[in-house]
Amino acid sequence: MGLMWRDLRLLAGDIGLIAAKDLRIEWRARTTLGQVLPFALLVLVLFGFALNANRPTLELATPGLLWMTVLFATVVAVQRSVAVESIDGAGRMLLLSGMAPAAAFGGKALAVAVQLLAVVAVLLPGVVLLYGAEIESLPLAVVASLAATAGLAAAGSLLGAVVAGVRAHQTVLPILLLPVVAPVLIAATRAFEDALGKAAVNGWSWVGLLAGFTVVNVALGAVAYGPLMEEA
Amino acid sequence: MSRAGTGDPKRLAGYLDGPARTGSRFTFWLGAATLAGFAGVAALGLLVVPADDVQGDTVRIIFVHVPSALGAYAAFGLTALGSVMWLWRRSEWWDITAHAGAEVAVLLCGLTLVTGMLWGRPTWGTYWEWGDVRLVTTLILFLVMVGYLSVRALGGTAGSVATRAAVVGLVGAVNIGIVNRSVNWWANRTLHQQSSLTEGRLEDLTLLTLVLAFVVAAMAIWWMVMHRFRIGWLERQLADRDIHQAVRARRAEAGR
Repeated sequence: MGLMWRDLRLLAGDIGLIAAKDLRIEWRARTTLGQVLPFALLVLVLFGFALNANRPTLELATPGLLWMTVLFATVVAVQRSVAVESIDGAGRMLLLSGMAPAAAFGGKALAVAVQLLAVVAVLLPGVVLLYGAEIESLPLAVVASLAATAGLAAAGSLLGAVVAGVRAHQTVLPILLLPVVAPVLIAATRAFEDALGKAAVNGWSWVGLLAGFTVVNVALGAVAYGPLMEEA
Repeated sequence: MSRAGTGDPKRLAGYLDGPARTGSRFTFWLGAATLAGFAGVAALGLLVVPADDVQGDTVRIIFVHVPSALGAYAAFGLTALGSVMWLWRRSEWWDITAHAGAEVAVLLCGLTLVTGMLWGRPTWGTYWEWGDVRLVTTLILFLVMVGYLSVRALGGTAGSVATRAAVVGLVGAVNIGIVNRSVNWWANRTLHQQSSLTEGRLEDLTLLTLVLAFVVAAMAIWWMVMHRFRIGWLERQLADRDIHQAVRARRAEAGR
């Protein structure tokens, strides 16, 4: 028991180490701040043009458009997270550090999740200002965002590792990732329909699905990340 | 170094562990029986089985649609199993099997989607119905499998391609269940025809034809997977062959 507790603490420490490393790199390179966030806002504006700035349509579609934008941002953030490891053989060094692959996966996913949360934090006021949305249940919006971004980051980091070190990775990642995260788009959109008062659905039950998706994909990542690290 | 002989099975065979062809006596007869079975199902389904009281002639599409749907999921199951076995045992055999299953799954998923839409148009009045959970799930599965094949095409060493593809197969297999569940909750209903088979609503002749269609589909899948497996096996051998040939050439130059 004591040993297990120690192992868990070690694992948590390593996850924190990797996440902090990735976030520090992001902070210094300003990729999320300078590229991902403006990209997400740009998509919101473009959706406005695409739907002819029709306010009732925009209000109705707000939850879906918001999460569609987060999905696009996920692709960009994961590609960035993969690219960081491919420079100067950093991924190989990570493998040689002797750290458990599950910890490396957890850390990479956590860093992506934090960035995606930042994206949601910008998009939410964005839809209030641009689309006239009103937040009726902030706790639901926050919890759904936490669960959804965690799931997106887990699935994204695992599939990102699949294409790591491959020349065509930028074009392949979206084909791999977007079909698999369809449940997140469905569930997060439904939860936000409730949180923004757009539809009479029970958003919390959809949060349950998001949590299930996250747990499953974190488990898959913890198991499958090791073999992938060795191949990259 | 000459590359002559690549197209000649007999000369190629000298470098290979097994036969240099994808066919065998068994697959020849399996293929012939499958073709005969297709003809039988077509004759029964189009000419003998009576039209449905409600759906009319459109019901005949089940003889293609239902076997290809089940076949697609069976082939996908083979890919999932092969993926897990590769990650567990690192057996080349399972990796090639997973690849063979994936190609067959993409083909059958496509057939399921096309026949489903062709049936939906006269029956529901629309090609695509978002409320149909099974059709939507199959489309997602189709896209996942296309992604799987694109990972296989990325290139790299055989081992790294196998591991990358196996993870995609595993992730797809686990997540397709969640996709199905979420689409089910989302649509909150299913337009899909409930299984006529389990409800015992099919007439004897229709049922017999459907059972025959299942058997023929299983034979066709078996035939395709075996051939695709052998192609995959020969591809590996061919990749090694060039190395063997180069080694022999160097040794000959050195007079050893």
